[in-house]
Amino acid sequence: MNTVIEEPARQNLQLSRLPEFAGAYAQTPYLADSERKLHRKRCGSLEEAINRSGLKDGMTISFHHAFREGDKVINTVVDAVARMGFKNLTLASSSLLNCHDPLVEHIKNGVITGIYSSGLRGKLGEAISNGLMEVPAQIHSHGGRVHLIQSGELQIDVAFLGVSCCDEFGNANGSRGKLSCGSLGYSKVDAQYARTVVLLTPEIVPFPNYPASVSQDRVDLIVQREDIGDPSLIGVGAARITKNPRELLIARRAAAVIEHSGYFKDGFSMQTGSGGASTAATRFLEERMAALGITAGFALGGITGAIADLHKKGLVKAVVDVQSFDSDGAESLRTSPAHLEISANEYANPTSKAAYVDRVDVVILSALEIDVDFNVNVITGSDGVIRGASGGHCDVAAAANLTIVVAPLVRGRIPTVVRRVSTLVTPGESIDVVVTDHAIAVNSKRPEIDQRLRDAHLPVVTIEELHERALALTGEPEPLEFNDRPVAIIRYRDGSVIDVVRQVKN
Amino acid sequence: MKARRSMLFVPGDNPAMLSTAFLYKPDSVMFDLEDAVSPREKDSARLLVFQVLNHPAYKDIERVVRINPLTSEYGLKDLGAAIRGRADVIRLPKTDSAGEIHELESHVARLEKEYGRPVGETKLIAAIESASGVVNALSIATASPRMIAIALAGFDYLVDMGTRRSGGSEPELFYARAAVLHAARNAHIDAFDVVYGNVDDEGGFLREVHFAKQLGFDGKSLIHPKQVDLLHRAYAPSPADLEYARRVIAVADAARRNGLGVASLDGKMVDPPVIKEAEQLLSRDYVA
Repeated sequence: MNTVIEEPARQNLQLSRLPEFAGAYAQTPYLADSERKLHRKRCGSLEEAINRSGLKDGMTISFHHAFREGDKVINTVVDAVARMGFKNLTLASSSLLNCHDPLVEHIKNGVITGIYSSGLRGKLGEAISNGLMEVPAQIHSHGGRVHLIQSGELQIDVAFLGVSCCDEFGNANGSRGKLSCGSLGYSKVDAQYARTVVLLTPEIVPFPNYPASVSQDRVDLIVQREDIGDPSLIGVGAARITKNPRELLIARRAAAVIEHSGYFKDGFSMQTGSGGASTAATRFLEERMAALGITAGFALGGITGAIADLHKKGLVKAVVDVQSFDSDGAESLRTSPAHLEISANEYANPTSKAAYVDRVDVVILSALEIDVDFNVNVITGSDGVIRGASGGHCDVAAAANLTIVVAPLVRGRIPTVVRRVSTLVTPGESIDVVVTDHAIAVNSKRPEIDQRLRDAHLPVVTIEELHERALALTGEPEPLEFNDRPVAIIRYRDGSVIDVVRQVKN
Repeated sequence: MKARRSMLFVPGDNPAMLSTAFLYKPDSVMFDLEDAVSPREKDSARLLVFQVLNHPAYKDIERVVRINPLTSEYGLKDLGAAIRGRADVIRLPKTDSAGEIHELESHVARLEKEYGRPVGETKLIAAIESASGVVNALSIATASPRMIAIALAGFDYLVDMGTRRSGGSEPELFYARAAVLHAARNAHIDAFDVVYGNVDDEGGFLREVHFAKQLGFDGKSLIHPKQVDLLHRAYAPSPADLEYARRVIAVADAARRNGLGVASLDGKMVDPPVIKEAEQLLSRDYVA
């Protein structure tokens, strides 16, 4: 008997290449099995998930950092792949924090041989600065990471994503469940582009779970585990709420800069980055917004409880959230319809079809060093050791109408305003104002802002004067000494190499 | 005349705070050699404070040194370092009587000569910290032309009275506040209210500031930098107050030119006390 395609295929070569019908369940055999139909993604253990993911030596595994200092997924998964004997893996996390110090051992034993991350801190940053890795770590911005993924440089084989709840099909979010981390903005990208997506969750909830920040059609495997992260540690470290009087002084001054910048108008948009002074500025801005009857159209970024509070009070109409910085931020995402969860691609990717950063009026960012050309370093400390994160710094600095960098003029006995940054992360051409505890400096390409701040009797000096004032307090620091060997490559948001971090000389 | 609202305490043995206190722009900074410094750090603190007194960062701020009591082994050494370092003001703790001020000013005069400073240049503040100090507040306040202020120190005073702070409106401090304030006004010098210890309680701090301001205190001793701005804001006259004061002066000037004894503004009489209040308001430098 002729098959259905035989006759037409003789006449048309194209048709001859099409597959023949082979039964209703040829493609979906699990539909014939009521058990597999519903539960096929469930894995009994992390090891089972790793085996089923098809992970092989030399591949790239990815993670998100929504739990920040409370993250447990990265250490747990890398411990597991190490036990299972995998080697030569590239670890691509949206960022790495102090809690990821145990990775040092897995780099030493050859499990991890490559790193892509927005940040490196703690013992890991120290070890890498001292030449731990054969291949330099790649440091990217949040927007730049998506660009590297889309351009094909960073190909994720298996993404391991911690989510606070999901259903059996993989509809997942981070804003519900007892281990809520808030927005899954970074995970959305990994879920979209990874070859295989594994979810780790403490709570499997009834189908369909909503909202589905990560949707079922992107998810391959699900492991139920209690130890994905500790939400109480999200708001420590870089995302902390400060009581430090010097940071509060800087925050108040930054708020005054915004007020008098010319951008403080009804409907303006804002972002406050991580760091004590930056997040605290929100509080001082609230006073002025309430006094002058100004509301913000939207607030973008890592979202703190302070921003969520302004939203609740009606002073910020919409909150656009790629990452929640504390439990109040996460709670707002869960409860407010005008609190939007966006992906890192929507947030800041320069080659995205539209990025939210492009619509930011005012942003406050922090810095480890700023030089007399307004270049900013947020990666290496005064000892040349990697101890920071690129984050969204260069993304939003490039796009915002007014980019304010806040920092104390002197940290310990080391100047923050320097002649030349030790590591260039954000170019000075995208920085407008530097606010320190001593005084304010405005980039000469923004004379109108300079004049407005002087008219408001704010303490404005030149960046050179700030530098000299710092030196008057501390003296000229000894120059740092580095070897020639590169330990990290700093990638600008468009993927280009903007600087290289070299091994510190002991 | 520069307002004297905020006196920020800075422990004399804390280099980090000594190198940053000026950033908060208090009206006065008080380098403490007394209670904030442990006995074994007294010598190093004295040396540190001597160095800091000469730092240009403090040139626009009134520099006060709180010395140890003259009866202690440190008192005279502290005073020597402060006068040699050209401190603007010496704050004497636990002042119980005018005699202590007389003794202090004789040492100050001797040391001013020794270190080549004009005699009389160094000013004095007495801290009242006991029942006898409160009872003798008037004689203390008027004990010397060098006296520029008296300050009430609540903790020691209440221990001496056999009670403790109750919070709220604090009736246990009311008499002492009133007595110190009356003494200061009688002597035409400034009066500083007690420190507020709970630095994280901004609401409580501001309630106490408003209470002290309403009583008539010129300012307050502060133990945390973040209290400076809160206090200055609380003490700042509103733009409406300043505008009204300017109009009072304008009306009074016009009346004087026209040979009129009294003038009126918005239906209210503008007489000498009203004019004086307006002049006082406008004479102070309130720029924070």
